[in-house]
Amino acid sequence: MNSAHDLGGRHGFGPIAPEAENSEPVFHEDWERKALALVLAAGSLGQWNLDESRFSRESQHPVDYLRQSYYENWLSGLEKLLVEKGLVTEQELFNGRAFSKAEEELQKRVLQPEKVYSTIEKGGSTQMESDEPPEFNIGDRVRAKNRHPLTHTREPGYSRGREGIIEAHYGAHVMPDQNALGNRIGEHLYCVRFDAGELWGKDTPSKHLVFIDLWESYLERA
Amino acid sequence: MSTHHHSTVPSDPELRVKALESLLVEKGLVDPKTLDELVDLYETKIGPRNGAKVVAKAWKDPEFKKYLLEKPTDAIASIGYRGRQGEHMRVVENTADIHNIVVCTLCSCYPWPVLGLPPVWYKSAPYRSRVVSDPRSVLEEFGTQLAEDVEIRVWDSTSEMRYFVLPEAPADFQNKSLDELESMVTRNSMIGVEKIKDPENRS
Repeated sequence: MNSAHDLGGRHGFGPIAPEAENSEPVFHEDWERKALALVLAAGSLGQWNLDESRFSRESQHPVDYLRQSYYENWLSGLEKLLVEKGLVTEQELFNGRAFSKAEEELQKRVLQPEKVYSTIEKGGSTQMESDEPPEFNIGDRVRAKNRHPLTHTREPGYSRGREGIIEAHYGAHVMPDQNALGNRIGEHLYCVRFDAGELWGKDTPSKHLVFIDLWESYLERA
Repeated sequence: MSTHHHSTVPSDPELRVKALESLLVEKGLVDPKTLDELVDLYETKIGPRNGAKVVAKAWKDPEFKKYLLEKPTDAIASIGYRGRQGEHMRVVENTADIHNIVVCTLCSCYPWPVLGLPPVWYKSAPYRSRVVSDPRSVLEEFGTQLAEDVEIRVWDSTSEMRYFVLPEAPADFQNKSLDELESMVTRNSMIGVEKIKDPENRS
């Protein structure tokens, strides 16, 4: 969806003003610790995937997305998923109290403290098999399709309609647009090299390339 | 999309998190000890010192560097770093002619096993919006000046591939120990917004 999260090339956000690396804490507020941990722990229940999680954050009202801090956006996304997937009711969320325990099947999936390290270390591969051969070869000239799905996509707005060169083929990976709808299918993934001039206009200083990972169905031959 | 519950949760994030935590614990969906373990892992164990070890080893050991560039996920796992948000790694090498910078314009994708959680600025709208269209002005904010003939390559992490910059080694790296080199590797140099600063060679 075309919303506030798709930030590449937007103007007016002002200076980055980075904190000095050696004095920046990992968390700035105590509640941020809990926000991160709750998102990871609830995610490990397996009731939603990474792309559903991303969509729950980016489908907030764009004003909320931009006004809130990053961990607040994570919280909003988590609250929304918990209700949508029926893990908690709106009333429970409102009261901060449970009316009933979760179903036993779900409670069996709760991440145990002694499993934290091994779970994180295992991660979750998105590499898939594909029955189809890749449509593009390294060096092929392609165009990112001009598409505007209302649902989740990982084709950034600034790449749409622009031409680039296939720089790498990463094999088949879980296709995010489908994954966000609950369909885990593999699709060929490419790294596409764009000249900055193609993306931002011919007056852009040269010696500037942008590499964007794009799935096969985002691309057409140019 | 519905924002139905938006006004029903407290606006103060501290209260919001507290309410959510007690609810999920009471439901039996979250173990409070698990939350502590997760926080401890990302606050004290998984951070940019991991990446610094990878970089220093690559500078000192050409065999390892080759392995790192060819099979990055395996090479990084061989020194013990793997897993969540680093399942599919790609290492991009800075040289005298090429400077790489990593971003995620759509969210905050970042190679957690080697760099830990991203800094605030990496997730912020100013960085995500500007680094793809005007990287030189971004580098200037970090005090990084590049010669005009250096090619800038910006990597937008739109998939589950995680990009990691191998910075250029300091000029006298051969005379330095692994530990000394490791201590010179900054997090920002592995994101690509800075070069390695050599205190002795500073003009």
